[in-house]
Amino acid sequence: MTIHDWLRNAIEDARRRGLPALEPLLQGLARSTAALRDTERSMDADEGKLRSREPGESRDANGQ
Amino acid sequence: MTIAELSPRVGSGEVSPVEIVTGCLERITARRDLNAFVSVQADRALEDARAATAEIAAGRYRGPLHGIPVSIKDLIDVAGVPTTAGSAVPPLHPEADAPVVRRLREAGAILIGKTNLHEFAFGTTSDETAFGAVHHPLDYARSAGGSSGGAAVALVEGMCLASIGTDTGGSIRIPSAACGIVGLKPTFGELPVVGIVPLSTTCDHVGPMTLSVEDARILFDALRASAVKKPAEAGPFTFGVPTGYLLERLDPEIREALTTVRSQLSRAGHAVTDVAIPNAQSTPDIYLHIVLPEASHYHAATLESDPSGYSPGIRLRLEMGRYLLAEDYVRAMQLRARLAAAVDAALRQCDALLLPSLPVVAPILGATTVDLDGNPEPVRAATLRLTQMFNLTGHPAIAVPAGRNRASLPIGMQLVGERNRTDRLLAIAAGVERQITVGFGSVGGGAG
Repeated sequence: MTIHDWLRNAIEDARRRGLPALEPLLQGLARSTAALRDTERSMDADEGKLRSREPGESRDANGQ
Repeated sequence: MTIAELSPRVGSGEVSPVEIVTGCLERITARRDLNAFVSVQADRALEDARAATAEIAAGRYRGPLHGIPVSIKDLIDVAGVPTTAGSAVPPLHPEADAPVVRRLREAGAILIGKTNLHEFAFGTTSDETAFGAVHHPLDYARSAGGSSGGAAVALVEGMCLASIGTDTGGSIRIPSAACGIVGLKPTFGELPVVGIVPLSTTCDHVGPMTLSVEDARILFDALRASAVKKPAEAGPFTFGVPTGYLLERLDPEIREALTTVRSQLSRAGHAVTDVAIPNAQSTPDIYLHIVLPEASHYHAATLESDPSGYSPGIRLRLEMGRYLLAEDYVRAMQLRARLAAAVDAALRQCDALLLPSLPVVAPILGATTVDLDGNPEPVRAATLRLTQMFNLTGHPAIAVPAGRNRASLPIGMQLVGERNRTDRLLAIAAGVERQITVGFGSVGGGAG
């Protein structure tokens, strides 16, 4: 689910439940979730770069 | 007076537990305006003090906690006393002591009362509570920190000789720094959290708040029901000061204090070096996506059946956690493991990390933001900034007093050690305690 879709659904549900004051908190949470997903992508990319260098590194026959 | 100083006099019969407890109860009565306690078990405490006095007189001295009054954060079960968690939500009525409480009793400690806190430990200022905002002992307009705010005030004001707090994002270390005392968060899982109202089951810790590192060791021994093996090493140590995110926004006087402490440690023969913790800036996002759903899980039934007891802000934060996606919780848990590995790597370059416990001094009660290097930052985010990482990673961390700012408000430094080596962290902290407090001193008078 995209963060945009998630936020829209969450705000609609909060209003339906009589909790409109949740809206700014959910917007803040959406920003944090976006940052969390960016961090994961960034760290995966960094580790992917490391992995791509592995064949060139000095390793024994067992890859150790 | 510290427990280490007082307990030999108790053991010898020179000072009686009845005297000590009576003095603490007088101080509790004299400073009710600070709202440190939710409930005081005066009769039981005096009864236990008389029993301890008789036991010691009969030659059955149990050790340094025998006859020593200790306060318990009102998130922790004490048999026969309601556990309010600082909330107007109907309390729990425990029939049994939490294991940490039982261990304190076995060591001879006297439980004097249950301390006030930020409601359900879900905040750092101890002003959202059904029992009145906890006030700072040096400045009534300021927060004592939180969530274990009452625990810190009780200790500083001599209402007890040690307090037991809990720490999910810094709730022991933050009030300890704000009030000028020692606060220990052990390694995750080292002390049992059974019988303690959870905030986040994978981040919750319980630990002691004391007037000295030696007292923290005495309490830690009792809480884990075994003596800490004191490492023979006495230094010199290597301290690693984190670069980047953690220290990029500090109150100027906190930054100045850190510089002073670095110099003091260097002059004392220790090494101080910079260390990097990659991706440290992701800490608040990881923390949020773990603590919110875990807190909401515990409170879900009450949120459905009768949410009226929650403070409005607490209820909203708990409701927010119910909207998080499971995939983001798992994502955060996986990133958390990577963060822990990064802290492990940093600790391979040094004996302990060194950083302030709080980037600011005790905030004004009711303030929504604090000023950090000229920029306003929400109080909650700012106060959690330097501590929450180690709840995620599980590393032991201890707050120690490091003097005061120009307005005489306490400043605390934090030492962080290897996981499952809390004993070593205590030894390191004891080794530097005097070196980083020279010329400053702690806040309170203490008891006894």
